[in-house]
Amino acid sequence: MSMNWFKYSSPQTFFPLAGRLALVFGALALLACAVGLYLGFFVAPTDAQQGESYRIIFIHVPAAWMSMFLYVVMAFWAGLGLAFNTRLSGMMASAIAPTGALFTFIALWTGSFWGKPTWGTWWVWDARLTSELILLFLYLGFMALQAAIDDPRRADKAGALLALVGVVNVPIIYFSVKWWNTLHQGASVSLTKAPSMAATMLAGMLIMTFGFWFYGIAAVLLRARCIMLEREHASDWAGRYAKGIA
Amino acid sequence: MGGYAVYVWGSYVVTFVLIVAELLVLARRKRNAVELIR
Amino acid sequence: MIAALRCVILRDLRLAARRSSDVLTVVLFFVIVVSLFPLGIGPEPKLLRTVAPGVLWVAALLASMLALGRVFAADHADGTLEQMMLGATPLGLVVAAKVFAHWLISGLPLVLISPVLALQFDLSQEVLGVLALSLALGTPVLSLIGAIGAGLTLGLRGAGTLLSLLVLPLYVPVLIIGAGAADAAASGLGGNAQLLLLGAMLIFAGAFAPWAAAAALRISVE
Repeated sequence: MSMNWFKYSSPQTFFPLAGRLALVFGALALLACAVGLYLGFFVAPTDAQQGESYRIIFIHVPAAWMSMFLYVVMAFWAGLGLAFNTRLSGMMASAIAPTGALFTFIALWTGSFWGKPTWGTWWVWDARLTSELILLFLYLGFMALQAAIDDPRRADKAGALLALVGVVNVPIIYFSVKWWNTLHQGASVSLTKAPSMAATMLAGMLIMTFGFWFYGIAAVLLRARCIMLEREHASDWAGRYAKGIA
Repeated sequence: MGGYAVYVWGSYVVTFVLIVAELLVLARRKRNAVELIR
Repeated sequence: MIAALRCVILRDLRLAARRSSDVLTVVLFFVIVVSLFPLGIGPEPKLLRTVAPGVLWVAALLASMLALGRVFAADHADGTLEQMMLGATPLGLVVAAKVFAHWLISGLPLVLISPVLALQFDLSQEVLGVLALSLALGTPVLSLIGAIGAGLTLGLRGAGTLLSLLVLPLYVPVLIIGAGAADAAASGLGGNAQLLLLGAMLIFAGAFAPWAAAAALRISVE
């Protein structure tokens, strides 16, 4: 049984597996999003306070949750690569970053679009939104650092250290921003503290979260495949794969 | 959408566009990588 | 070992003394940025008193960030860094010593000048004191965290700007608590809670950052 774990720890074996998994999770993502959006738009009732504008929640909250989740997963793979010096772990971490950054941006954009009708401004220094903004900078910093380093091994390790330092700081950042926000009397309405969410609203949101999660897995695996092809371009298996496509 | 159409669709459309863009970028990246190998 | 560390600190201080323009640029930048703000937002005393802690803190943060590139760069360029890495003293301690010297050169002057600048903003003596103390506790934390970034970006092109991008998100809690201390003092609540938090951050950063920076250096120098 223990042999199976390490069978896929080389790019050569993981590459085809990643491809199959990406298809499976992509299909699951489509399914989940279809169900979630159906629930969100045709089953869930209109909100008493916010009218139809609350329907943004079906993207905003899943995107925000996934952005934070992916950062932790990225730090996990990065730490694994740093500890065990495995190439594939570093590639996974690098593959996660752009998708994580994308989710963060979506969370910010939809949060802003939700804030405008509810609070009247395009941007509020709400604790969560501000923390999301800082998370975006953390992602972008990771990507910038890796882009600036030519040697892939050094890029992996440097990015890994940065991700680990970042993941330790994320709770500190969140709490300090929350404290800062309450002290400066931010918006009195909390974004996700809808008093009692109708069951259908909650269900729609949770299913959409799964949809985003599966999409995230699929996108990351696809990007990991690209990274594997780029880094291992001189290897036999990559050559065979490239010729096989022709 | 009860008057909030701009905001709701603005959010959904942008999200959809970004996700499609990400997939297209990935497809192109893979094509380039394969080209590079050959 | 203590002798080795003292040697590292004194060496850095002596080198900085020879290139005194480095120290002066940091201080001058701080002074200019702080002086620019009233020009930008208007001279109304009440407004200035409100923004003063934030302005001084952001300016100190930016000035300290400017100087970060110099912590390891010079030693890396002439090979001293590799020697330090091969030496008997643990690299983490060497890094801690270098960061301390760096703070003496580019952090402490800011702390000492800040009361004078705060007068421009018509801050009361009590708030001024809390502000200076918050900077005294906070700027070492900034230097410590910044050292990690400096280690990661060693020798890269565009290292300066990249360093800023990496380090600014990590600076946010220090900024919030630090400026918050003076804010709290100004509104009569007293800045003790924030100052204690800053002290805790300093201890935490002092314990962990040198080792993270040492790891970063090993990654960068191979």
